[in-house]
Amino acid sequence: MTLTAFPGHAGLADLFERGLDAPICLTWELTYACNLACTHCLSSSGRRDPDELTTAECMAVIDELQRMQVFYVNIGGGEPTIRHDFWDLLDYAVDHHVGVKFSTNGSRITPERARTLAATDYLDVQVSLDGATADVNDAVRGEGSHATALAAMTCLAEAGMKDFKLSVVCTRHNLDQLDDLKVIADRFGAQLRLTRLRPSGRGADTWHELHPLPEQQRQLYDWLVANGERVLTGDSFFHLSAYGAPLPGLNLCGAGRVVCLIDPVGDVYACPFAIHERFRAGNVRHHPGGFAEVWRHSELFAELRGPQSGGACAHCSAYDSCRGGCMAAKFFTGLPLDAPDPECVKGHGVTALATASARPVPSPDHSRSRGGGAVPVAFGSRPVNRSDTPDRRARRIRCTG
Amino acid sequence: MLDQAWRLDGSVALRPEPFGALAYHFGNRRLSFLKTPPLVDVVKRLGDCSTVAEALADSDVPETQWPSYVATLRALAESGMIVRREDAA
Repeated sequence: MTLTAFPGHAGLADLFERGLDAPICLTWELTYACNLACTHCLSSSGRRDPDELTTAECMAVIDELQRMQVFYVNIGGGEPTIRHDFWDLLDYAVDHHVGVKFSTNGSRITPERARTLAATDYLDVQVSLDGATADVNDAVRGEGSHATALAAMTCLAEAGMKDFKLSVVCTRHNLDQLDDLKVIADRFGAQLRLTRLRPSGRGADTWHELHPLPEQQRQLYDWLVANGERVLTGDSFFHLSAYGAPLPGLNLCGAGRVVCLIDPVGDVYACPFAIHERFRAGNVRHHPGGFAEVWRHSELFAELRGPQSGGACAHCSAYDSCRGGCMAAKFFTGLPLDAPDPECVKGHGVTALATASARPVPSPDHSRSRGGGAVPVAFGSRPVNRSDTPDRRARRIRCTG
Repeated sequence: MLDQAWRLDGSVALRPEPFGALAYHFGNRRLSFLKTPPLVDVVKRLGDCSTVAEALADSDVPETQWPSYVATLRALAESGMIVRREDAA
């Protein structure tokens, strides 16, 4: 999505403070079920939640999104195509003028399915791939997942699907492959989309081994500046804007202001990277006024829309550019919300992390196993868990039961 | 542009907001904030007016502000939100 304001971008944040009638960018995780077990999964997906919204409940949510004029919804999971009613829900949404972009690992994109998708209006597909080569990708997403994603992209391209997305989470292992990933996207007529690795979900356990190294952040920023609007970012790298010229897009945290997430059981969270009790605004099933009421009247969202203090960052010369960075990245690394971003390009995050409190225990967790199936990457050397803490060890023990 | 006929593109939806409106183009997936109610009013009127000038006058936009409105409308045209009408003027 490209965003422009008339007249001018000045004061956009003030508009958000008053609150929009509906989110601009709504993510809806349809299921926690997934056939993969990516080591950085934001939603700790794996097992289906027995309480997930029924088909009828999902359709009621879509009806409400139509009434609220939510122009489109980003559907994810888990692997959303695992839901038996996924394709019906997709048709239902586009028939009700709610455009859909769904994320998939590609495992259920057959040639026939791809042809149907290519023939559907207001529909976009996003295939996840976290490395240009199988070794880099499969270390994070699981063996065979690179081949699966490429097979799906082949089906989509051959079916004539234009400008679908190739979505990459940037890690220290794939940052040297950005040009190669762009070549892959171009080869399939797809658009490259890069997003930031967050320490959310299972990512909390692997972030320390996967997040780009400080010198790689500059490399990423320069690459993004050089490629401009040809590469999508979901506006996720605004913390890098502290290097200089702002990156294209909305350079501030949109959580609860322009963005939110509905999870498979109907819980509404402030953003896709903040699936945690602390950021739960309500539930579409339990509020008489449904999703609209949660969006418009939740106390949490009112708090997030209010003026932000800037805290430790308020006196930093870069604050106007980076706005203190990502709320979820701070929270899940044990930093206060007004602390610097853990990946602050001025280095303040490293200092803050040295004195951070214990990381919050993730909630909820639908992983099939913790520390069992999903094995953290081991590039060059055996991963030494330098960041192990008593809290972390305790959690691992609890979760392997 | 003032003496031309324009209209909102058929693929664009306007969503009222406290500050004005959001315009979303389902084709090119561009999203625009129309940050003032008078601008929303002008954009809505375009299709029913024979010229842009008529829409501005009907919305009671002072003539001194017309140049800045025209600049904004040109930018909206560049992003495909509004299109030239061939039926009039």
